[in-house]
Amino acid sequence: MFDIPILRFGQTYESMERQPVVHFDTGETVAQLHQATGAMVKLDLKKAQKARDALRAVPIPKLIDICKAAARMYLEETLPCGNGSLSPAEFCRLQSATTGLPENMCAANMRKNAFVLGHMDQVLDALTRGLPYDILTNGYGKESRGVMVSYQATTPVFGMVLPNNSPGVHTLWLPALPMQIGLCIKPGSQEFWTPYRITEAFFKAGLPREAISVYPGGHDVGGAVMTDCNRAMIFGGQATVDQHAGNPRISVHGPGFSKIILGDDVVDRWEDYLDLMVDSVFANSGRSCINASGIWASRHTKEIADALAQRLGPVVPLPPADPKASLAAFTTPGAADAMNAQIEEGCKADGVTEVTAKYRNGDRLDKRERCDYLRPTVVHCTGPDVPLANTEYMFPFVSVVECPQNKMLSQIKQTLVCTALTDDAKFKQQLLDATHIDRLNIGPVKTVQLNWLQPHEGNIVDFLFRARAFQNTPPEAH
Amino acid sequence: MSQLAEKIAAAKAQLDAHTVESVQWHFHESTGSPYWLEKAKTFKFDPLKEVKCFDDLKKFPHFEDEELRGGPINRWIPKGLAGKPAYVFETGGTTGIPKSRMVIEDHWIDYENFSDTLPDEYFPKGSNWLMLGPSGPRRLRLAVEHLAQHRGGICFCVDLDPRWVVKLLKKGKIKEAEDYKDHVIDQVMTILSANHDIKCAFMTPKLLEALAMRLIDEGSSIAETGITGIFAGGTEFTPQWYRTCREELLGPDVYITPTYGNTLMGLACGKPFDPADNYKITYYAPQPRAVIETVEFKDYNQLVGYSQTGRVKLYTMTKELFIPGFMERDEGERELPHDKYPWDGISGTRPFHEYAKTTTVGVY
Repeated sequence: MFDIPILRFGQTYESMERQPVVHFDTGETVAQLHQATGAMVKLDLKKAQKARDALRAVPIPKLIDICKAAARMYLEETLPCGNGSLSPAEFCRLQSATTGLPENMCAANMRKNAFVLGHMDQVLDALTRGLPYDILTNGYGKESRGVMVSYQATTPVFGMVLPNNSPGVHTLWLPALPMQIGLCIKPGSQEFWTPYRITEAFFKAGLPREAISVYPGGHDVGGAVMTDCNRAMIFGGQATVDQHAGNPRISVHGPGFSKIILGDDVVDRWEDYLDLMVDSVFANSGRSCINASGIWASRHTKEIADALAQRLGPVVPLPPADPKASLAAFTTPGAADAMNAQIEEGCKADGVTEVTAKYRNGDRLDKRERCDYLRPTVVHCTGPDVPLANTEYMFPFVSVVECPQNKMLSQIKQTLVCTALTDDAKFKQQLLDATHIDRLNIGPVKTVQLNWLQPHEGNIVDFLFRARAFQNTPPEAH
Repeated sequence: MSQLAEKIAAAKAQLDAHTVESVQWHFHESTGSPYWLEKAKTFKFDPLKEVKCFDDLKKFPHFEDEELRGGPINRWIPKGLAGKPAYVFETGGTTGIPKSRMVIEDHWIDYENFSDTLPDEYFPKGSNWLMLGPSGPRRLRLAVEHLAQHRGGICFCVDLDPRWVVKLLKKGKIKEAEDYKDHVIDQVMTILSANHDIKCAFMTPKLLEALAMRLIDEGSSIAETGITGIFAGGTEFTPQWYRTCREELLGPDVYITPTYGNTLMGLACGKPFDPADNYKITYYAPQPRAVIETVEFKDYNQLVGYSQTGRVKLYTMTKELFIPGFMERDEGERELPHDKYPWDGISGTRPFHEYAKTTTVGVY
C-alpha cells in the first residue's frame, strides 16, 4: 500500500490524519493519503513568494528544458510515489483502480499531459503571443517591434482545487511553472496520482523543490487554497460555477455543455459527420467537459439520434484492464443512481424520447458490488425548451435537439466547446460573434480535439499576468 | 495495589457515593425537581431505594434529549434550590427550539474546578483574560468570565454568534462568513492593542487560527501579544490541528490545552500534553459531577473496550441537574484512567458518524 505524504513547498510532511483510498472494484485499500489542514495551507502561503523567487532564479528556457525532460520521465520512467515507486503501467493500473477510468484511458491521458509538457516552448509561445520570456521574469521589457510592455505576475503561486473526473485536466495548469509561478495544489481524493507523478518528474528533471506544494485534504484545505492564493482555479458543478462567477481571482471550471451544431446548408449530409459526432460524445467515456452533450440541427434529428443510438447503445462495460474498455465506472456510491433517476424523470416529459433503449439490451444503470456504470444514452428532444435539451452528465450522454438555425444561438446557452458544421458565411459570423461560446471550431473538428497551442477555457497567461503600463524613460513630447 | 489503581478505586468509591447523594436529592419530595418527581411515577423501580452505586443508573430508561427542548424551564429547578437566581443556557449553533439547561451556580463551580488544573506558570493569577467565542444564550462567556475573576483577573469579551454563521454557511455565503470572522478578529486586535495586560485566553480552535494568522500577517504572533496560556474548545479539535497549533501557530512559549464541554457536562479537561501520545487528545469528564462513558453503538448500556470506538454517553449529577445517560452527538475511543484523572477518558471525539453527514461542523 502506498503511503503518500503532504508536500509543503518541496518538503514532505507526514500528517497524523490519513485517508484510505480503495480500489473501486475489489475494495482493497491501495493507498493512504495524508491529510493536510486549512491552517497548514494558510501558513505555508505566507511564504509563497519563495516559490516564485526559486523559479525566477532559473531562466525560462532552462525551465522549458526541465518540462521536456519531465515529460519523458513522467511518460516512461519508474518514479517515486510516496513510500514506493511506480512504473508507467503500474501508475495507470492504480489510477484506474481509484478513479474508475479504464487503464487505456489513463494511458491516453498520460500522453496528453506529456504532450503539453514536451511541447512547452510552443505552448508558451502560442499562449503569450510570442512575448520574449524575460518580460515574464522581469515584469517588463521590449517586444521585438521595439515597444515597451509590462506583464506583472498577479500571484507568486497558482492555487488549484483539482477534480477526480479525468487526468486530462492537468494539462491546464502545467504552463504555470515555466512561467515561474509556483503551484499550490489540492488534488482530487481519487486522482491525486497525476499531480504527485508530475511533481516527481519535475523534481527529478531539476525543478526547484520549493516551487510545488501538494495538499490532499478536506474542504478546509480547498477553502484555504481558494481564499489565500491570489489566483486559483477550481473544478466543480454548476453550483461551484455560480458561487465564483465574476470573481477575478478564481478561474472556475464547471460543466462544459459542449455542442455540435449542424447548419442548414450541411444538415442533409449529416451521415458524413456521424463518426465526428460519436467520438465527440463518447471519447474518454464522456467524462470531459469537452465531450459533446448536445447535437443541434433543424431537421433529420430523429435520424441522427437513431444512428448515434445504434453505435452507442450496445456498448457495455468491460474490465478496466481490457484494452477495449470504453466506459468508466462510477465509484462514488449513489452518484450513478441519482443521474439515472434524473434522466428517467426527464424522459417522461413530452417531447423527449430515449432512443438508445431499443439498442441497449439491458438497463442504463448497471449496478455492481462496489461501483456502478451508466451505459451510453441518446435522447431526442423536439425543441430546446424540453427537459434534457441542455443537460450534461459525466458519461456518454447526448441530447439531439431539433431547433431552427436562426434560433440556435439564442437557445444553446453557455457552451464551452462548439463545433459548428456549416459553410454559411452569415451563420459563421454569428458564431464568431457569440460571446457565450468559449472554444469555437468551425468545420469538421471533434469537440474533444484540442490544439494545445490555443488557449483553453481562457488564457492562463491573462489569468496569471496583468498587462500594464511601464516606463523607465520619459516619453517623447507630444 | 499500585498507586494509580488506588486512585482509580478511590475515584470509583467517590462516584458511587456521589451518585447515591444526587439521586436522593433529585428524587426526594422535599428537594427534587418537578420534572424528575413526575417522571419517577412512570418508573418500574424506586430510585430512592434502588440506586446504591453508579452502575444502578442503568436502571433508568434512556434520556430523550428532546426533553430539553421547550418549557416550562422551571420544571428543572429542584425544590431544594427554589428561589435562587437562575440562568438558562442554550445549545450552540442550533436554530429552531434549542435544548435549554437551567443553571444556578454550576457554571461557576465547573470553572473553579477547571481552574485548579491550569498551570499558574502560563495562566498567571491576577492577569487579565480574553474570551473569544459565543456569548448570548451560551454559558461560555459567563463561565470564562467567572474563571478570570476566580483567578483574580478581568475578562475582556468578544462575541461570536454561531447561529448567524450556520445560516451563512447553509446558504453557501462563504464570503460573508469570512467577513464576519474578520469582523470578530478586528475586535480582538483592538483589545489586544489597548494595554490591558491580557495573558490568558479562551478561544475556539477556528478563531485561534484566524487570530494567529492575522497576527502573522501583521508581522507579529500570539506570543508577542503577551498571551501565555490558552484553553481552546467548542469545536472539533483534531490531533493534527493540535500539532500544527503547537509547532507552527503558537511556538514554544504559549501553553495550550484542549477542552471538550457543553452545557450539560461542564468542562472536560485534556490530558496534559505528552510527546509519547503523539498529539492524541484525551478528555476526562469532571467526575463525579459528570461522567462520560464510551458505549457500543448498538447497546448504549454496554461499554466498549479500551481503545475501542463508541458513542459518548453523558451523566450529569450536580445539585442543579440530574441527567442519567444522555446520548451525545459525538463518538470517540475509550481511554484508560490517568494519574491526574483516575477514571475513563475519551479520545478522538468527533461527530457521531450517523449524524456527521447532516451536521454543520466547525461554525465557531
